[in-house]
Amino acid sequence: MSVVVPRTLTDALRAMAANPSALLLQGGTDLMVEINFNHRKPVDVIALRKIHELRAVKIDGETISIGAGLPYQEMESGQIAELVPALGQAARTVGSPQIRAAGSLGGNLGTCSPAGDGLPVLSALDAMINLRSANASRNVSIHEFMVGVKRNAKQPGEIIVSATVPIVRGWQGFAKVGVRNAMVISVASCCLVVDRTKGSIAVALGAVGPTVIRCRQAEQWLSTNVDLKQDAMIGAKLAKEFGERVANEARPIDDHRGTAEYRRHAVATLASRLLQRSGAR
Amino acid sequence: MAKVTGQFEFSSDLHAENMLWGATLRSPHPYARIANIDLSAAYKISGVEAIITAEDVPGKKTYGLISSDQPVFASDFVRYMGEPIAAVAADHPETCRRALAAIKIDYEVLQPVTDAELALSPSTKPIHPDGNLIRHQRIIAGDQNLQGEVVVEGVYEVGMQDQAFLGLEAALAMPDPGGTGVEMWVATQWLHEDRKQIAACLGLAESKVRLTLSGVGGAFGAREDISLQVHCALLALRTSRPIKMQYGREESFFGHVHRHPAKIYIRHHASRTGVLQRIEAKMYFDGGAYASTSSAVLINGVTHIQGPYKCSNATVDGYAVRTNNPPCGAMRGFGVVQACYAHESQMDKLAQACNLSPVEIRLINAMQTGDKLITGQVVESVAPVARCIRETDAIAMPAPLALDADPLELVGGTGLTSLPENIVRGVGWGVSIKNLMYSESFDDFAVARCQLSDGVATLKYATVEVGQGFVVLAPQIARTILGVDEVVLDTVDTGIGSAGSTSASRQTWMSGGAVDGACRLVRQRLFEHVGAKFNIDPMRLVVEDTDIVDMIGDFRISVIEASTGVVIDETFEHHHRPTEELDANGQGNCHVAFAFVAHRAVVDVDVELGLVKVIQIATAQDVGRVLNPVAALGQIEGGIAQGLGLAIMEEIVLENGKMRNPSFTDYLLPTALDAPKVVAVMIEEPEPQAPLGAKGIGEPPCISVTPAIAAAIRDATGKELPRVPIRPQDICL
Repeated sequence: MSVVVPRTLTDALRAMAANPSALLLQGGTDLMVEINFNHRKPVDVIALRKIHELRAVKIDGETISIGAGLPYQEMESGQIAELVPALGQAARTVGSPQIRAAGSLGGNLGTCSPAGDGLPVLSALDAMINLRSANASRNVSIHEFMVGVKRNAKQPGEIIVSATVPIVRGWQGFAKVGVRNAMVISVASCCLVVDRTKGSIAVALGAVGPTVIRCRQAEQWLSTNVDLKQDAMIGAKLAKEFGERVANEARPIDDHRGTAEYRRHAVATLASRLLQRSGAR
Repeated sequence: MAKVTGQFEFSSDLHAENMLWGATLRSPHPYARIANIDLSAAYKISGVEAIITAEDVPGKKTYGLISSDQPVFASDFVRYMGEPIAAVAADHPETCRRALAAIKIDYEVLQPVTDAELALSPSTKPIHPDGNLIRHQRIIAGDQNLQGEVVVEGVYEVGMQDQAFLGLEAALAMPDPGGTGVEMWVATQWLHEDRKQIAACLGLAESKVRLTLSGVGGAFGAREDISLQVHCALLALRTSRPIKMQYGREESFFGHVHRHPAKIYIRHHASRTGVLQRIEAKMYFDGGAYASTSSAVLINGVTHIQGPYKCSNATVDGYAVRTNNPPCGAMRGFGVVQACYAHESQMDKLAQACNLSPVEIRLINAMQTGDKLITGQVVESVAPVARCIRETDAIAMPAPLALDADPLELVGGTGLTSLPENIVRGVGWGVSIKNLMYSESFDDFAVARCQLSDGVATLKYATVEVGQGFVVLAPQIARTILGVDEVVLDTVDTGIGSAGSTSASRQTWMSGGAVDGACRLVRQRLFEHVGAKFNIDPMRLVVEDTDIVDMIGDFRISVIEASTGVVIDETFEHHHRPTEELDANGQGNCHVAFAFVAHRAVVDVDVELGLVKVIQIATAQDVGRVLNPVAALGQIEGGIAQGLGLAIMEEIVLENGKMRNPSFTDYLLPTALDAPKVVAVMIEEPEPQAPLGAKGIGEPPCISVTPAIAAAIRDATGKELPRVPIRPQDICL
């Protein structure tokens, strides 16, 4: 097994071009588990952890671009948590402190599990994912990036460089159900973002379908029933119906972490609560 | 301290020059006939030194704690997912892994039997030559026809809990030259029992198998049974090289026994005023594929089904059953956990039916010293049940949920699922009785040796330290009795008599009693020596701090000086009083002694999402006497965390005999955010039978806390919740 440890993105892309089948290693919180369980036997690995460019955070006033290798612990508080509170909240739910010191959005995107905690936030914010290869750079919408269960649109030779999300005026939040109070894989999660400027709402669900699910119909229904440009209280009845409509768009399954029925119920409850929180003063 | 600083050597840290690695091939099927085993491809892998199967077991082909029904390697049938079929020795763990993958086994897959009641049906074929019934025990006491003015009933289920110790199974075996014997370093709970079973399988005399305790990282019952010991020794003898074996977390889930899942049908009869009159129960314990300690677990279950309450009339049938689920055996609480969940759920139903509070119903029925159990045995132990309940009740309730509480402290924790308005608080009770030591005529004695010379006491015993703190307690006993400062603990190995198992809350009583006895013998000899030298009647001498003083005169000499140049060496064997077998009607003095505890749980429940956070556990525990307050509190807090796990999150999920969650990703243990505040009171009424007045304290904390939490969730939700662990969907759907 060969391991390349590039110091710059250019070197990493060059190594990738030379060996497009090499596995990319960022924090290792997914990959090392798979290797330990012998589910994967990588021949060549390119380790990205020494590349500072992949941890860069760029803010241009309207958007914030977060390096794919920035560990979650950097998002739990500080500037990112202030500008994108839902991402800060999602980051806090990821694993243990050790995992948050290693895990990153790049890892969530690369693995592309529907239970990846950062993904509902990226989906609700219509994130653009920057992918680079030795001789090209392209931006892909998160919605096109996530293709299926643990499948994404990344091509051989490409590295996930960053995720860019808008800085939205309005309320946003993330909530996640697990069977213990910390360090747990999502049974169901929900991110809700209200854009007061556009008068729109976005809801994305985690762990209730093959990929993260955006609830376009529920969003549409709400924005025709409520003037989201106004900072308005949301009634319990409306919130409940919204939750039910959100749940109708979920496609949960039964597994050892929970039943489909419970997952559907949980996302209805979470969406309804987040909507009410968005209007609370 | 060594554990905190990372200096402690766990068994997984073992290493020897020139050693090979061993690994185990396990069945992927819960039930299958083995048609053929083909080792040829595996042998071709460079670095593979040996592959062994059932044919290579020179001695007994089976082992087991009570009945020897479990094959060292399966040869005709595999009866649970994860059952060992072969073991390899190779130069590297990766070589082992490749060799295991290259072993070809043809299976004829069979339909597994996974339901305990179904397994007993006449139409179900036996899955083992010994049959599907491991043991049946009745208890018939008093009036069999009595009908109470108030009758409550229920069907309760307990899921399969894992001990989930952190230090994984590991051992090192060193063959003697010529293969005449083997020396092993193992993490176990009982060295001598391991030795007996290993020697039988190897076909060697016990004296040819020498065991030394290696660092144990938790046990909770899961190290009572043999796991990799025989495989490791066999490979060492076959290769004439040291062999190291260690399990990973996933293999550990398949490599040790678990807590029995149970289904309990139960009916309580009482007077209108809430006086318990009769209990009827049918109890099924799913023992999995092999017997392990199932028959003893069953006896604990049936004999504790009345709880810590007076009751004269009972009709109880208990069954320990063989299925194709993973084998179950010992785990902290040993059969009483399941019984307690049922009887405490029933006491709450009874309270409701009689219009009494949970505290009132328990006080009305609380057992006392001198009361007769449904087995006919009289409780001679100190039995402060009412005091446990009252003192628990007196503990202040936690502050109400603050509207501005830190979100992480609310139900849902980091998930931010719940606001104070979504949360309902509930309170529940659980009280339990637990036997101490082994039962049913078993003489689980303990031996200890004390040597005193030049002011230094050296203690030798085979008592396994699994984290309970005997390494602190034993020197404390020696210092107290002998007045020495320096106590050396000799290696824990089979070079001395048995100490019995570190289980059944017994080591403080049993090995503590043996150390106490040996130290007293040494002290007597020292007094005789001093008396002869200084012409004082030894009867007049006592130890005061670190001196020997004459109670009547002025004579005083330090223990160091008195013991300089002499060697006093004494060994003591401590036995508890004998017990009896149960007869066909479940009558007999089968238990040695009992300990009691009360728990009150306060929980916050997000009723709509079915999420729970345990806020506070108040407890008063009958401990006899506190020998080491910090260690005692550690046992109480740890036991409560384990009982909390069973109440709301810890379960091995089985689907048709297959384990769905053999990892800490999905087998959830409580984290710091899940652990409640524990307020503990220790009730000190010294136990006259116990050598140090101290009762065992390891098991009681984890027993009644589970039903207390379940009751608190019922209080918050109004749901019956007849099964633990209680899952979110059980609450909200």
